[in-house]
Amino acid sequence: MAKKNLELAVGLFVVLGLAALFLLALKVSDIASLGEDKGYRVSARFENIGGLKVRAPVTLGGVRIGRVVGIDLDPQRYEAVVTLSIDPRYDHLPEDSSASILTSGLLGEQYVGLEPGGMDSALKNGSTLKLTQSALVLEKLIGRMVTNAASGDPPPAKTP
Amino acid sequence: MIAVLTKIGQSVLDPLARMGRANLFFLRLLGALSFLLQRPGLLVKQLHAVGVLSLPIILVSGLFVGMVLGLQGYANLVDFGATSSLGTVVALSLVRELGPVLTALLYAGRAGSALTAGIGLMKATEQLASMQMMAVDPFQRVLAPRFLAGFIAVPLLTGIFTAVGILGGYLVAVVQLGVDGGAFWAQMQAKVHFFTDVVNGVVLKSLVFGVVANWIALFEGYEAQPTSEGISLATTRTVVSTSLAVLGLDFLLTALMFGVW
Amino acid sequence: MSTSATLSHTALPNNKPLITVRGLSFHRSERIIFQDVDLDIPRGRITAIMGPSGAGKTTLLRLISGQIRPDAGRIEVDGVCIHQLGRRELYQLRKRMGMLFQSGALFTDLSVFDNVAFPLREHTRLPAHLIRTLVLMKLESVGLRGARELMPAELSGGMARRVALARAIALDPMMILYDEPFAGQDPISMGVLIKLIRTLNNALGLTSIIVSHDVKETAAIADYLYLMSDGRVVEHGTPATLGHSASPWVTQFMHALPDGPVSFHYPAPPYSADLLLAGAPA
Repeated sequence: MAKKNLELAVGLFVVLGLAALFLLALKVSDIASLGEDKGYRVSARFENIGGLKVRAPVTLGGVRIGRVVGIDLDPQRYEAVVTLSIDPRYDHLPEDSSASILTSGLLGEQYVGLEPGGMDSALKNGSTLKLTQSALVLEKLIGRMVTNAASGDPPPAKTP
Repeated sequence: MIAVLTKIGQSVLDPLARMGRANLFFLRLLGALSFLLQRPGLLVKQLHAVGVLSLPIILVSGLFVGMVLGLQGYANLVDFGATSSLGTVVALSLVRELGPVLTALLYAGRAGSALTAGIGLMKATEQLASMQMMAVDPFQRVLAPRFLAGFIAVPLLTGIFTAVGILGGYLVAVVQLGVDGGAFWAQMQAKVHFFTDVVNGVVLKSLVFGVVANWIALFEGYEAQPTSEGISLATTRTVVSTSLAVLGLDFLLTALMFGVW
Repeated sequence: MSTSATLSHTALPNNKPLITVRGLSFHRSERIIFQDVDLDIPRGRITAIMGPSGAGKTTLLRLISGQIRPDAGRIEVDGVCIHQLGRRELYQLRKRMGMLFQSGALFTDLSVFDNVAFPLREHTRLPAHLIRTLVLMKLESVGLRGARELMPAELSGGMARRVALARAIALDPMMILYDEPFAGQDPISMGVLIKLIRTLNNALGLTSIIVSHDVKETAAIADYLYLMSDGRVVEHGTPATLGHSASPWVTQFMHALPDGPVSFHYPAPPYSADLLLAGAPA
């Protein structure tokens, strides 16, 4: 009888431990989104990606549709090449959509925001996004404002 | 003069010899593990001793650590209006560092010291010698089951500690301080990565700590002077060396796993 | 030494001794424990090795059972040189040896029954009911069948030793080594142990080796005695011959006299000088 109880307690302990590990995997970490790597790949070239990191979200209209899976440098053109993995559910994104690197909040992390274009042909695996907007770099912005103010011109409405 | 030199030499050679013995001990321990395939029942009893009996301290400590993290995190993040990141802060600190490290330290105090005292006592009361006289290898019959049980128990305890800690943080942040529950979990899931954080932190670190904590505990017990003072000294040494080893290794592992080179 | 000559009278003819020790030397750090010791342990008899505390009697048992290795010399058990065996062969041989440790050395986390069943469960694949029968038989032979459910912590010292004895004979060994079986026992359990050692030896045809400094009790059951002191065999013979030995040391030891060749006083400077010195200013 005592032996049965002992075995029962040990069994419960092991189940509890494994349950805790599963909980950590499923509820706490991003394992749920790891399975989505069946997404199709699209690349985009940026002059400057700021603080963008691999695994950053890719959104359209605020909805998460994929994530950044790779960041490389084109050694000839000195441009950053960002590879995005887009959820195959969203397979009708216009080919001329544009990508920008945005920041969530003042100190938040950076992500890639897509802006849909108007073409009928859709993005597919291996496509390249032609229209891109680099990350806003605070120092450059401030520097430009200062020079503009000094020359007396109004600051441009939009950074190129 | 010669005596002083001898003494200096001795103080270098003794720890070195001890290190050698510890390594041989570990090899014999690994060699004896296959015996458990024939006698899996031996494992159950030891899992109860090191695992089940460590549960209360792990549950209570985990809950409190998580609650403190929730409070401290809130107090600091509220100034930036960033309390929605509280889930991330609590989960990352627990998953990467506090979970594995504190579990290993608590394990050394609760189970490691008991292992050392138990083995030391078996040595002092000639139980190990009498086992050898009955042609039973204590490495197979006594040490291997304890080692494997500890090796299994530490990661499980770490998982429980971490999960309960996050729950404690949730209780304080969401239930008590009114942080948005959805943001708490969503931010956590967005920032805690399965491989880099959960596997590296909870699983790999705890596996390493499990080996080290049980190795030290059993070795100290096996090497203990077979007297009351010898056993109490060995028990103290187990807790001290395990704590130092765990903290040192944690730095090394963190540098390897999360290092920003 | 006239070891073999003496033994030819006591040991059975055409029967070689079970254990022969030749030229045994052993030292621990700087201290010499044994120097050139020769011993013969005849089969089927009770041989006692006696000597004052610290004469290395327990070490001798550990040497005979292969727990430690000698510096020099040869120890043969049943024709095999024990300190040249690998661990596997040594363990095979040890299944035929029983040893009664001074403390009993029962496993504190197992009941009396499980303690006695331990060697059977480890070394045989017998079904549970057979093990039960065997354990109860062994416990009955030491008179503790009724105590099978108790834990070692609940036993008196004498009872613990009897359980340990039942455990030592569980595998029906060819020999038993007793380490100070009478130390710290009250007269009644002493009597019980003496009777047990004698009857078990005769009933099971065992060879027994007793290491002890309890002269009266040991002499009462031993067939042959070895007296050891300072790492050497001082004298050997049957209890009767040793009782009337001409050697003053043997006489002092056998009759427990307070003074003799072994002085009552630890070596010291003259008493009066010591006292006067203590009174003088330093």
